[in-house]
Amino acid sequence: MAASEPSATPSAQTKRSLLDQLELDTRLLGMIGAFVLVCVVFNIMTDGRFLTPRNIFTLTVQTVSVAIMATGMVFIIVTRHIDLSVGAILAASSAVMAMTQTQYLPNALGLGLEHPLTPWITIAVGLVVGAAIGCFNGWLVGYQGIPAFIVTLGGFLVWRNVGWYQTSGQTIGPLDPTFMAFGGINGTLGVGLSWIFAALAVAATCWLLFQARRNKVSHDMTPKPLWAEVSLAGLLSALIIGFVWIMNSYEIPTRRLERLFEARGEIMPEGYTEGYGVPISVFLLIAIAIAMTVIARKTRLGRYIFATGGNPDAAELSGINTRLLTVKIFGLMGALCALSAVVASSRLANHTNDIGTLDELRVIAAAVIGGTALSGGIGTIYGAILGALIMQSLASGMAMMGVDAPLQNIVVGAVLVFAVWIDIQYRKRMGEKI
Amino acid sequence: MSAPLVELKDISIAFGGVRAVDRVSLDLHAGEVVGLLGHNGAGKSTLIKILSGAYQMDSGEIRINGEKATINSPRDARRYNIETIYQTLALADNLDAASNLFLGRELTTRLGLVDDAQMEAETRKIMARLNPNFKKLNEPVSALSGGQRQSVAIARAVYFNAKILIMDEPTAALGVHETQMVAELIQELKKQGLGIFLISHDTREMLELCDRVSVMKNGQMIGTERVEDVTEDDILSMIILGRKPGEEAA
Repeated sequence: MAASEPSATPSAQTKRSLLDQLELDTRLLGMIGAFVLVCVVFNIMTDGRFLTPRNIFTLTVQTVSVAIMATGMVFIIVTRHIDLSVGAILAASSAVMAMTQTQYLPNALGLGLEHPLTPWITIAVGLVVGAAIGCFNGWLVGYQGIPAFIVTLGGFLVWRNVGWYQTSGQTIGPLDPTFMAFGGINGTLGVGLSWIFAALAVAATCWLLFQARRNKVSHDMTPKPLWAEVSLAGLLSALIIGFVWIMNSYEIPTRRLERLFEARGEIMPEGYTEGYGVPISVFLLIAIAIAMTVIARKTRLGRYIFATGGNPDAAELSGINTRLLTVKIFGLMGALCALSAVVASSRLANHTNDIGTLDELRVIAAAVIGGTALSGGIGTIYGAILGALIMQSLASGMAMMGVDAPLQNIVVGAVLVFAVWIDIQYRKRMGEKI
Repeated sequence: MSAPLVELKDISIAFGGVRAVDRVSLDLHAGEVVGLLGHNGAGKSTLIKILSGAYQMDSGEIRINGEKATINSPRDARRYNIETIYQTLALADNLDAASNLFLGRELTTRLGLVDDAQMEAETRKIMARLNPNFKKLNEPVSALSGGQRQSVAIARAVYFNAKILIMDEPTAALGVHETQMVAELIQELKKQGLGIFLISHDTREMLELCDRVSVMKNGQMIGTERVEDVTEDDILSMIILGRKPGEEAA
C-alpha cells in the first residue's frame, strides 16, 4: 500500500522541504503577494501617494466594516450557505442604534447624547437586534428548509426597509461622541497606547508560537526547526511594529490640534505634533479576527462548522445538530453586522438609509477572494480580512488615480472572477476538492 | 442463555406508500457476526439505519441487552454503544483523521477548547494498532486511499468502545489486501465480544465472515440461516427467488 513517491529532482526537493519546514500556507503567501503587488503598482501610478501613512490609515479604516462582516461570511459560506442580507441587517441595526441614542434613550430614560451609559446601551441594543435577525434567518434556513439564497434575498429587501420605516427615511445625526470613537479617525489609541499595544501584540505572538512548539514536543511530534520558528516570530513582530509605526506617523493636522488645545483652554506650543495611532475600529477588527479564528480552529462550534461544510451527512450522522448550528452561524453573522453598523455609522457620523448598500457583494467577494470555497468546508478568517483589504485597496487606488467609476467597477468585478479562477487552478494542482 | 445483545422485533418503516422494511425481526448476540444480504432496495440499509438512529421506525421494538431501547437520533445510538461504519464512509473530507475520528466527541482542554494535540496522539496510537502503514495524520482525509479512509472509520468505532458495530459494505471500496485487513479486524473485534451486523453484496465473503446470514427481499425477511447449514446456492436462491432452502418451487 505504501507506494514510494517518484523521486523528485534534488532542487525541487530542497525547495519543497524548505516550504514544508516553515509550514507556511502557500495560499496565504499568494494572497500577500497579490496585495503587495497591488500596493506597489498603485504607489508607482500615483507618484508615491498610495503608500503614505495618511492613505494607509484611511485604507485600513475603510476596510474595517466589510472585513468584520467577511469573517462571519466565512462560516456561512463554509457551511454551504450564503447571506445576501448583510448590508440590509447592517442598515437595520444602524437605524435601531441611531434611534436608540437620539430618540428612545433620551425620551424613555432621560439619558442624553453625552451620558456615559448611552453608547453602551445603544451598542447592546444593536447587537441584540442584529443577532435576532440573523437567528431568524438561520431558523428559516435550518429548521424550515428554505434555501439561504432565498431567505436572505428576501431579507435583503425586508431589513433595509424595516430600518427605513423606523427612521421615516431621515438621516439621523449627530451621534454620541463616545459611540463615534468606533468610526476610525474620531477615535484612535494615540501614539503612546499604540506602542504599548504593539509591545503586547509582539509578546503575545511570541508566547503563542512558543506554546504551540512546546505542545508539539510534549506530544512527540517534530516541531519546525528553531530557525524557522524564530524567523516567523521576527517577521510577525516586524509586521506589527511596522503597522503601528505607520499609524503613529500619520499626524493630526495642526489646525485640529490647535482646536483641541483651545478646547482645553491651553495654547499649542510652537512646532508641536502628534500622531493618530491605531484606530479603535482597527483594534476592534483585530479582536474580532482573533476571536473568530479561535472559534474556527479551537472550539467544537468551529469544528462542526467545517465538518458540516465538508460533508453535511457525516456531520449529521456524527450526532451534530446541524439545524441548530445553522441558527448559530447566521446569528453570529447578524451580530457581526451590528458591530459593522457601529463602525460604519460612526465613521459617517450619522445614520443614512443607504448605509451598507452593496456591502453584501463586497463581503462575499472579500471572503471568496480570501480563499473561501463556495462548495463548502474551506475558508480562513485571515484570508477573508486580506480579501477585504485587497478589494478596498483596488477601489481606493483607482479612485486616487482618477479612474472613471464604471471602469473601477469593471476592474473589481473582473478581479473577483480572476481570483477565484486562480484559486481553482491552485486547488486542482494540489489535488484538493474544488 | 443470556438475552441477545440486540433484538429487533417486528420493525416496520414506510417511505411514502412504500414499505421499505415490513415487520422484520432479527437478533444479534455478543461475539457474533450477522450478515444482511439482499438486492439493492431490499431494505438492509434502511433496517440498519433504524438501529443507528438515522431513521425512525414506524412500529416495532428494539431491545438491547434485554431492555427496551429508544433510538431517535445518531446521538441516542451512541449512548447504547452502537457505532456505524457507513457505506458512504461518513467522513468529512476536508478534515484530518483525528478530527474525523473524534467528530462530535472532541477531547477538550481545561479551557473547553478542542485539544488537537491530544486527539492526534490518540489517533496515532489507535492507527498504529489498526493500520501500521497509516502515516498521513495531518492531511485532509480526501488525500487518503480507500483503505486508509476505511481504517479511520473503523478506528472511530473501536476507539469509543462500541459494543454493537454496524458495517455497511465495509470492503466495497477496497483492494484485495485491504479487504483481508478488514476481515482480520472483524475476527479480532468478534473475539473481544462485540456484536457485528455486516451488510454486503458479496455472498462468498459473507459466508466466510459471518456466523449467521439473513436475507431480505422487498422489505421482508426471507430467513436467517447459520452459515454451516447453507451453501452459496441456497443463499442465492433466497436472494433472487425469496425462497428458503428446502422449500419447493411453487
